[in-house]
Amino acid sequence: MTKLTIRGNMATALGAKLCRPDVIPAYPITPSTLFPEKISEYIADGELDAEMIRVESEHSAMSACIGASAAGARVCTASASQGIALMSEMLFIAAGMRLPIVMAVGNRALSAPINIWCDHQDTISQRDTGWLQFYAEKNQEGLDLMIIAFKVCEDKRVLLPAMVGIDAFVLTHTIEAVDVPDQKLVDEFLPKYEPELRLDPEKPMTFGSFGTPEFYQEFKYMQTEAMEKAREVIDEVFAEFKKKFGREYRKITPYKCEDADVIILTMGSMSGTARAAVNKMREEGKKVGCCKLTVYRPFPAKEIVELTKNAKVVAVLDRDISPGFGGALYGEVSAAFVNEEKHPFITNYIIGLGGRDILIEDFEWIYERSMDVIKKGRVEKPVQWVNLNEEVL
Amino acid sequence: MVKVTLGAVNKIAGSSKNYKTGDWRTLKPVIDLEKCKKCWACYKYCPEGCIEKTEKGPIVDYDFCKGCGICANECPFKAIEMIMEER
Repeated sequence: MTKLTIRGNMATALGAKLCRPDVIPAYPITPSTLFPEKISEYIADGELDAEMIRVESEHSAMSACIGASAAGARVCTASASQGIALMSEMLFIAAGMRLPIVMAVGNRALSAPINIWCDHQDTISQRDTGWLQFYAEKNQEGLDLMIIAFKVCEDKRVLLPAMVGIDAFVLTHTIEAVDVPDQKLVDEFLPKYEPELRLDPEKPMTFGSFGTPEFYQEFKYMQTEAMEKAREVIDEVFAEFKKKFGREYRKITPYKCEDADVIILTMGSMSGTARAAVNKMREEGKKVGCCKLTVYRPFPAKEIVELTKNAKVVAVLDRDISPGFGGALYGEVSAAFVNEEKHPFITNYIIGLGGRDILIEDFEWIYERSMDVIKKGRVEKPVQWVNLNEEVL
Repeated sequence: MVKVTLGAVNKIAGSSKNYKTGDWRTLKPVIDLEKCKKCWACYKYCPEGCIEKTEKGPIVDYDFCKGCGICANECPFKAIEMIMEER
């Protein structure tokens, strides 16, 4: 095994390279630009035998991904923010056509106002496209999740595309040490992609053809069933990955939750800060734990309930906002508990939008608000904004 | 019984020919062969490819013509008239 100190984009690009993709159509956008740059370097240096397609927009990038994948190629790309918004139409088509494309994302805020920094709004907004969604806490996870994503997506029970999100700048441009898996082991783990059907001029056929009202609903049902099947496939692949490479992944990873009164639920790079904050508060005798969500689609509702049901308060942190409601994760965690006989208070904290730093003090503030809820026995403000600078309002 | 396929794949090539789109039409192109100079602008511009070149002049395939009127618009000799479809 080799150890490298590399930026997050390099980690996802290296993860992609180890999967031996055939075609990489991509259009550069901050903060994921280094991904296609690195891939084109690999190709130019003869380290990767693949075709890079330089396109005129993200909509075209995803269109080229769809065509190449339908022709039987292993395909990956990268994008972020406005780029993902522009390819939205094609994201639905990739999933509907059941093409196992993997996209590395540098999670970034959406305009307006223009902002290039970390935020989960870009991928959260695309949660209904039918793509699997993984969120990495660190560069190592970014690399590993690329390999895991291909393995899950290409499973015949799934055949759906996936996004692997790494936080803008906090990960994409931050240097961390990563273990690089041996190519031989990756080849054993992820054999060559053999599609059921492929576009072939000798044997013409139509992908994603007409679905009249008599059939459309059944197509969508089949697609949804594949996403349901992905639940068990993800667990199998996580287990196989651990056996092969020694690193453990879970859809949701608890930390000091067993006896916790307050559990803080996080996604992405803030999860490491959450653990540091939990350690500090535990030393002060506070019964607090945290849970990191790695898989957002399919949504691990059952696992969330199982791991957090004994807490008094579950504080859900969202690095996204659905104006007129609250955070997306908050809505889904609440829904996960709705048919349970007994459940914790569930509160929502909007945090770190547009690259606002997330600090240990923020978690302490959230803990204090959670203790207020326990003391009062009710939730007065379900959705609160963390570290909001009211002076500039 | 037709079954839904993975990714809505249709293995029968050219099956769109079985789906006649002519009944989408409200207006129908009628070609006056007296005025036609066989320049084939209509043939070239038809987005559906449903105007056929013949000795006598262009012939519209009404099974597939959606009545968009592009042929009538493009004809330099005003030889194509769009008339109300009657069924």
